[in-house]
Amino acid sequence: MTTTEARAPAATREAVGPTLIRLQQAGHDLVVVDADLGKSTSARKFRDEFPDRFFTFGVAEQNMISAAAGFAAMGHTVFATTFAVFAEHAFDQLRMSVAQPNLDVKLVASHGGVSTGEDGASAQSIEDIAVMASLPNFAVCIPADVVESEAIIEAAATTPGPFYVRTARPKTPVIYEDGPRFQLGKADMLRDGSDVTIVACGLLVERSLTAADQLATEGIEARVLNMATIRPLDTDALEAAARDTGAIVVAEEHLAHTGLGAMCAHALATSSPVPMEFVAVDRYGESATWSEALELMNLTPEGVAAGVRRVVARK
Amino acid sequence: MTLAIETPADLAGLTGRVRRHVVQMVYGAKSGHIGGSLSATDLMSVLYTRFLRHDPENPSWHERDRFVMSKGHCTPVQYALLAELGYFSTEELDTFRRKGTRLQGHSVLGKPPGVDNTAGALGMGLSFGLGLRLAQRLQGLEDSRVWVLMGDGEQDEGQVWEAAMAAAHHRAEGLFAVIDRNGIQNDDFTKTTMSSEPLDEKYRAFGWTVLSDLDGHDLKTIEQAYSWAIDQRGAPVCLIFDTVKGKGVSFMEHNPSFHGAPPSDEEFVQAMAELADA
Repeated sequence: MTTTEARAPAATREAVGPTLIRLQQAGHDLVVVDADLGKSTSARKFRDEFPDRFFTFGVAEQNMISAAAGFAAMGHTVFATTFAVFAEHAFDQLRMSVAQPNLDVKLVASHGGVSTGEDGASAQSIEDIAVMASLPNFAVCIPADVVESEAIIEAAATTPGPFYVRTARPKTPVIYEDGPRFQLGKADMLRDGSDVTIVACGLLVERSLTAADQLATEGIEARVLNMATIRPLDTDALEAAARDTGAIVVAEEHLAHTGLGAMCAHALATSSPVPMEFVAVDRYGESATWSEALELMNLTPEGVAAGVRRVVARK
Repeated sequence: MTLAIETPADLAGLTGRVRRHVVQMVYGAKSGHIGGSLSATDLMSVLYTRFLRHDPENPSWHERDRFVMSKGHCTPVQYALLAELGYFSTEELDTFRRKGTRLQGHSVLGKPPGVDNTAGALGMGLSFGLGLRLAQRLQGLEDSRVWVLMGDGEQDEGQVWEAAMAAAHHRAEGLFAVIDRNGIQNDDFTKTTMSSEPLDEKYRAFGWTVLSDLDGHDLKTIEQAYSWAIDQRGAPVCLIFDTVKGKGVSFMEHNPSFHGAPPSDEEFVQAMAELADA
């Protein structure tokens, strides 16, 4: 690996359009559908390259999702794009038009989480993981940075069946400077430690790494797992974390009682119960900058570190 | 073995057999939707035997027309027709809604082969059909078409109008909405539950080519309407047929009680007798 300048911060949503263009150029049979947010999701870049394969459905997500299922039933791999909150609008269509017939519809929703920021509570999806992970047949993924976002979109294009991919609005630091390590259904251990494991997804991965550095100065060695695939959940990695470190903190930009943390607790309850803490969202957010919106929910390195100290004290 | 439907008498014979299957299936399962199946029997029989490009010997033929059963509770009529046309044996109709059956209560894509959509929650079929049609166009399948059968109660669903707007926007020629306007929905008459009229003016305003007030039980009228529809260019076509819920069984006709309820033993005997005489 040659030493190069660190990649500039980027939003995970920025990977969407360019990656879809690259995949179509490489011979995939993609169709992209959009509900009037193509500029924000970056899907519109695909339209500029492949206008005959890009279909807009206006501000009508329900119609878009059922129509996407129709394209998929004709053999295409369909990427449906909108904001995470508006993806929730089409739950019944995702359930009956997509999940039940198990069609190749890949819903890539940007502006996930409270880090959507200034637009306020209505635009900040904090329930989307619960909604999408509730659907049988769906894979659910959240990239930790723009590099992983590209890899997840490629995995969605090459893996049969429905996907939900949540991307984020703000530009955040690149974690995978040396290239993606994403494997569907596998946690990625970014740091090893023996005292506690921090399981994180999305923007909380980088914040958890920062927390782990801080905790190390206090003598607490934290393992950090990037759980970029929420379904299917990597239960092997969770059980190993419970066995090796004896305590787990889950950090995510989602409601605690229905998100990654709840799913991790469910997975561990019957096999390897250990003390757990949850650094997550507990209420609707409000207008603020993206980083302030995260601070309001305590989704900061300090917030993660505090959760670690609580769980370590319970060991 | 594919059934030959050559003469008007052949077609009338088919519709009679389909109606008897429908009543038998719902009676046997002690559940299911008779009324809307009988109202759609003639519309679907003419479509499947005269217009729909399909092959019972090769249900996954890619270039086939797609039939989307948007009113997915009316599986009895579709299963009966598929069996009569040779997709599977008519004996299998006795498994309708039973444990282990391919013949699920509401439509499931690919179960049995010949069913091209999943349905049950109303209002999604036109959107799904639009996606199919746009994909056919993208693939250059200009001879292929998509036919979507909807109920009139289903028109209450907002998604229908999202799809209507988008289909006109995308100039989805080759997409056909067939509305089985039997005037009754789950609880009551549509005019009591939710007034959806004037449907023809609404679809026309959305940009569709529309033919309305068609007798949905006159086989000749139905055939002429489909013939007219496939000659239209530049826009999706909506055909609105006036039908009778429970058509063919005197005490079920225009009766909201036979939307989703099975007949009693006595009603079953009488219904089969009336349909045998038809």
